[in-house]
Amino acid sequence: MKKAYLLLADGTRFEGQAVGYEGQSIGEVVFNTGMAGYQEVLTDPSYYGQIVTMTYPLIGNYGINFDDYESRKSWVSGFIMREIAEYPSNWRCKMTLDEYLKEQKVVGLAGIDTRALTRKLRGEGVMNGVIYTEGFEPDEQTIEAMHAYVVKDAVKSVTCAESTVYPAEGEQKYRIALYDYGVKYNIERELQKRGCEVVTIPALTPPEDVIGKFDGVMLSNGPGDPAENVEIVENLKKLLASNIPIFGICLGHQLLSLAIGAKTTKLKYGHRGVNHPVKDLDVDRTYITSQNHGYAVVGESVDSKIARVRYVNLNDGTVEGIEHIGRPVFTVQYHPEVCPGPMDTSYLFDKFMDNIAKAKGGAQ
Amino acid sequence: MPLRKDIHKVMVLGSGPIVIGQAAEFDYAGTQACRALREEGLEVVLVNSNPATIMTDKAMADKVYIEPLTVEAVQEIIKKEHPDSLLPNLGGQTGLNLAMELCESGFLDKMGVKLLGANPETIAKAEDRQMFKDTMEKIGEPVIASKVVHSVEDAVEFTREIGLPVIIRPAYTLGGTGGGIAYTWDQLREIAATGIMYSRVDEILVEKCIAGWKEIEYEVMRDHKGNAITICNMENVDPVGVHTGDSVVVAPSQTLCDKEYQMLRTSALNIITELGIEGGCNVQYALNPDSFEYAVIEVNPRVSRSSALASKATGYPIAKVTAKIAVGYGLDEIENAVTKKTKACFEPTLDYCVVKFPRWPFDKFVYADNTLGTQMKATGEVMAIDNTFEGALMKAVRGCEIKLDSMIAPRIQQQSDAEIRKGVARVDDQRLFHICEALRRGLMTIEEIHEVTTMDTFFLHKFQNIVDMEKELASAEKIDKDLYLRAKKMGFLDKTIEQLSGKDISDVKRLPVYKMVDTCAAEFEAETPYYYSTYDEETEVKPASGKKKVLVLGSGPIRIGQGIEFDYCSVHAVWALQRLGCETVIINNNPETVSTDFDTADRLYFEPLTPEDVTGVVNAEKPDFAIVQFGGQTAINLAAHIEKLGVPILGTPAWSIDAAEDREKFDVILEKCGIPRPAGHTVMTEEEAVAAADQLGYPVLVRPSYVLGGQGMEIAHKEEDVREFMKVITRNKVENPVLVDKYMMGREIEVDAICDGDDILIPGIMEHFERAGVHSGDSISIYPSINIEQKHKDTIIRYTEALAKNLAVLGLVNIQFVLYNDQVYVIEVNPRSSRTVPYISKVTGVPMVDLATRCMFGEKLRDMGCGTGLHPEGDHYAVKVPVFSFQKLRDLDTQLGPEMKSTGEVLGVATTFREALLKGLIGAGFKMKKKGAVLISVRDSDKQEAIRIGERFEALGFDIYATSGTANVLNRHMVATNAIRNVDEPSPNIIDLIESGKIDYVVATSVKGRHPELGSVHIRRTAVERAIPCLTSIDTASALLRCLEGDIRIENCEPVDINTI
Repeated sequence: MKKAYLLLADGTRFEGQAVGYEGQSIGEVVFNTGMAGYQEVLTDPSYYGQIVTMTYPLIGNYGINFDDYESRKSWVSGFIMREIAEYPSNWRCKMTLDEYLKEQKVVGLAGIDTRALTRKLRGEGVMNGVIYTEGFEPDEQTIEAMHAYVVKDAVKSVTCAESTVYPAEGEQKYRIALYDYGVKYNIERELQKRGCEVVTIPALTPPEDVIGKFDGVMLSNGPGDPAENVEIVENLKKLLASNIPIFGICLGHQLLSLAIGAKTTKLKYGHRGVNHPVKDLDVDRTYITSQNHGYAVVGESVDSKIARVRYVNLNDGTVEGIEHIGRPVFTVQYHPEVCPGPMDTSYLFDKFMDNIAKAKGGAQ
Repeated sequence: MPLRKDIHKVMVLGSGPIVIGQAAEFDYAGTQACRALREEGLEVVLVNSNPATIMTDKAMADKVYIEPLTVEAVQEIIKKEHPDSLLPNLGGQTGLNLAMELCESGFLDKMGVKLLGANPETIAKAEDRQMFKDTMEKIGEPVIASKVVHSVEDAVEFTREIGLPVIIRPAYTLGGTGGGIAYTWDQLREIAATGIMYSRVDEILVEKCIAGWKEIEYEVMRDHKGNAITICNMENVDPVGVHTGDSVVVAPSQTLCDKEYQMLRTSALNIITELGIEGGCNVQYALNPDSFEYAVIEVNPRVSRSSALASKATGYPIAKVTAKIAVGYGLDEIENAVTKKTKACFEPTLDYCVVKFPRWPFDKFVYADNTLGTQMKATGEVMAIDNTFEGALMKAVRGCEIKLDSMIAPRIQQQSDAEIRKGVARVDDQRLFHICEALRRGLMTIEEIHEVTTMDTFFLHKFQNIVDMEKELASAEKIDKDLYLRAKKMGFLDKTIEQLSGKDISDVKRLPVYKMVDTCAAEFEAETPYYYSTYDEETEVKPASGKKKVLVLGSGPIRIGQGIEFDYCSVHAVWALQRLGCETVIINNNPETVSTDFDTADRLYFEPLTPEDVTGVVNAEKPDFAIVQFGGQTAINLAAHIEKLGVPILGTPAWSIDAAEDREKFDVILEKCGIPRPAGHTVMTEEEAVAAADQLGYPVLVRPSYVLGGQGMEIAHKEEDVREFMKVITRNKVENPVLVDKYMMGREIEVDAICDGDDILIPGIMEHFERAGVHSGDSISIYPSINIEQKHKDTIIRYTEALAKNLAVLGLVNIQFVLYNDQVYVIEVNPRSSRTVPYISKVTGVPMVDLATRCMFGEKLRDMGCGTGLHPEGDHYAVKVPVFSFQKLRDLDTQLGPEMKSTGEVLGVATTFREALLKGLIGAGFKMKKKGAVLISVRDSDKQEAIRIGERFEALGFDIYATSGTANVLNRHMVATNAIRNVDEPSPNIIDLIESGKIDYVVATSVKGRHPELGSVHIRRTAVERAIPCLTSIDTASALLRCLEGDIRIENCEPVDINTI
């Protein structure tokens, strides 16, 4: 059995067993606390540039199927788990996780003390690292590159080149422009299900191509540091001014917040999992949400004349969502489209539909 | 919303005696709830009939009533105490049903008592079959399609709707007689016809067959704001068909993808929301393994066994949070007690694998039916945590105390291939081991086993991994570091690795590291030192506080003979040690208990109680001392090992424990003290046993040494009895000798005493209502004694003192005596805590465990304020009545004997003996019928005494029926008796009579029962299955009569707050 390693920026090295693709890969090492949903995690573009560690020890139990992909490929820079299932079992299983990692050229590492790694990341914050298979030992240059690594041009790397039209399920009610900053399929599915024709458009599509041509705008999730997307933020300012209904998720939420002058900050180790409680301050209800983000909007930086923080994280008080004042615009940091995770907040898509209906009603 | 302003005094209902299906988990839940309520400054009134519990401790509630859990008794307490609210959802089904009855009758309203956490409408929606079905339909949740029909044609028609296969369940037949699964239309017609024939009311239930579907459970919580969360989901390794209490269960689910997980999670939250439950709730699902189809099997709108398991598996205190929700808090306002940083409104995530393994009583009840189905049979369970499924499973198996260290079962290894195949197909407590043996022999492939068992191949592959490792070890040239570590990660003990490989492993040996259970997969720092072992890199054991550190060993799974009372003692020892300024470390593996709550001891190790596992903890914690005398036989068995590790044992030394069990050593001590005991011999073989019995003269008592609860103990009246018992005892390897004693049928007396090395304190002398021959755990026991003369009491005190000193007892000792022909004999000495410690502590007010623990630290009894010698007798009588779970264990003879059969007990407390006895019997479930019919069938030796019993029933106006022999004697003595035919005679006979429903009580004793084919066993079983009280001892019948005679009623008995005794 071949060995594989994870070398962290602080010099710590974990030795384990090689799984998936053999090679070497640099990335930002993060952890995800979900107990199921590895297939969705692997194919979520928001993990671009990251080496993902699963904290649940038995991964790959139900294999990989053809229905649960969240995008066309895997985006992670490496995948780490305690134990990989050799013999998965599930009626939809089409291949093993190991086979999928090989197919997607994802360097994998199993058999390490994932809890020790998680505790390190919790204590010291997310950290760069290089994951490599025996025989692919990093040279000095690689180690330098690892230290210097930042997730850059993330949105540009994951967004689609051309727009694609997804027809509505049943009778078409609305047309939605979905900005692809690294979109997950389930955002499209949730909108289609609600009678929307969804046009997924490249991240840098100018607002002029959208305003007046769609009933609403959906801003997708995506990877990287939100602040690097200067051009997109400028575009969003124009969109906002148009008064078109907007719903933003995750990166979409951060970008829209930047567009109203708020600031974003990098969290120590982020929120990645499916058990994060988010409180809706308006109705005194708390929902369990699916999350995957390393940056957050700074609450104090939100201009209360333009928007207000409506949703907060019950654990650490960070901003989880913003409601704009006088505009049919709202955004959330978490993932109501789930996949993976609990479906408690899918009602937000209905709220988006209501906003569109109201806006259309007003226009008539 | 914070604490409700309209709540000040809350009544909490417990779950009563331990029975199969309702065990220690409710003591754990109730204790947590009481503490949570008192934290809020609320006054708590507790009612529970079970005296062995921690929740009925004086310190747990302001008012503690150990009273029967019946509507009448609880009404009296409500009238006396005037609570403003009632918390019903932490006392199991018993507590919930009782609360519903009180509510539906309008009594609660009349008394101005609010029901917290539940309301009758929502409870009915979950519990009433039809309402449940309607509710589920309303919210679009699928249930298992079923219909009651009365003809074959209707059965066929309904099956056309739902499709084959279907299960046919005839109404009102026991154990599903006449039912079955129909896969074809022909089978359907045939089974439906037989079913209708067997059913008393020509009625069958046709149900869609979902056997083989995955069984998945969700533990969910909701508050009044509508916040709803999942605590944990669990997957049964045994598919639908085996009761979840009898299934091996793994948490979290292993074979569900996120879509399936979320689909069922959403369903569970929809259900709890629709039912409007505020607090914990359990939902069980069947999930089609080949599609997204599922069905809701059951909803338990309360805290349950599964919630205790989920609490321990995740670290989330479900009962505590349920109590807080009930008094007004929202989930978002309750602190997460583990992290102390986050809130209770989140979903725990695990970074380990949890396996629960049931503990069945079939090692004791060798003739009971050990097949598993929809009726739960396990008395307890163990839980194990590890990073791998294999490791957790192996930990669970070795922690179950079933004489196995791994998946290798020696008895099964000896079976033929054909027997193994049969074993794989038979759903019983041994199936898992048969599967492993089939894999080991290469007899069946994983696919074949899957075909037969429908167990998911994921789990079968895991069993295969374990078997492969056994083989790799056996064939290894040498055990190198890598192989050793791989074996350890799969849960192999060093001992097993050595045995399998025959190699020396001292070079590669290492101890495990310990990781924390923290509810959040290390995302937040945890404050609670709750650990499990694993073979990994980093350990998380917190540094020592500098205080003296004491290790307390728990008592493992609940089984007959070793129940909740030992957990009571362990927990009290921890509390006493904390008061003495010590840091406490506890090891235990029972998820149902208070001792495994993360805030009981300063450090909790959720580990099996085996020498190697204990070595790991000792090495990690380096305790200054260890205490073993409170954890029952489980802990006692580890005493010598712990001493060998260099940890001094506090209290009675290990040699003394040995001396009390070892016949020869014990005889020397008795002789030195001049104390008589029934003559007896120590034997190793069947032949020696027969010779010993011949020499002593029959009847004799045969029993193995070093066991609890009289396991394997029987009275032999003739040689073939001795041979039969010896065969059973020697079925497993005999490590310890067997004792054969002269049997004396006298009055049994029991004392628990504390010894400080100089003085002793006996809180009370207990007298057994039944004469010697019935195990002390199964007898009605009375304190203070009513039939013992002062001179004998003096003798007992003298003997106790002499024995305690000569056995160097420091702490607790339990001694059993028999009073025979005006002389006191010693039967047994146990230098440890006992079953009676909790109840005697409560009724005498002597905190026995606390005093015993302080004695171990050198304090003297005379300085502790409870006196020495015999504690003065109080003005209340306390009668302990055993409770059995016979209805759940088919084919088990109910005849009481020297081997313990009860699963639990209740206490009756009153100022007169008769009232206390009445409360005890009612608490144990006896209905007091003042007239009706009684059936008497007794062995020859009881016939004379049966006359008096017959007369007394006759005087009350009962019709008397008896089998010919008994009837002759009764009629001859002017007791008008109807003679009826015996079991082996043609119908209508005694069985028909019992089944007719005419009989209210059965008095049946027999020479020698056990074997289910015997006639007298048949009588007793039939009575049990018809829920007719069956008294198997003349003395117990006499006790019942004392309560029927005269005019005492439970409504007229004053409820006693034991805090005032």
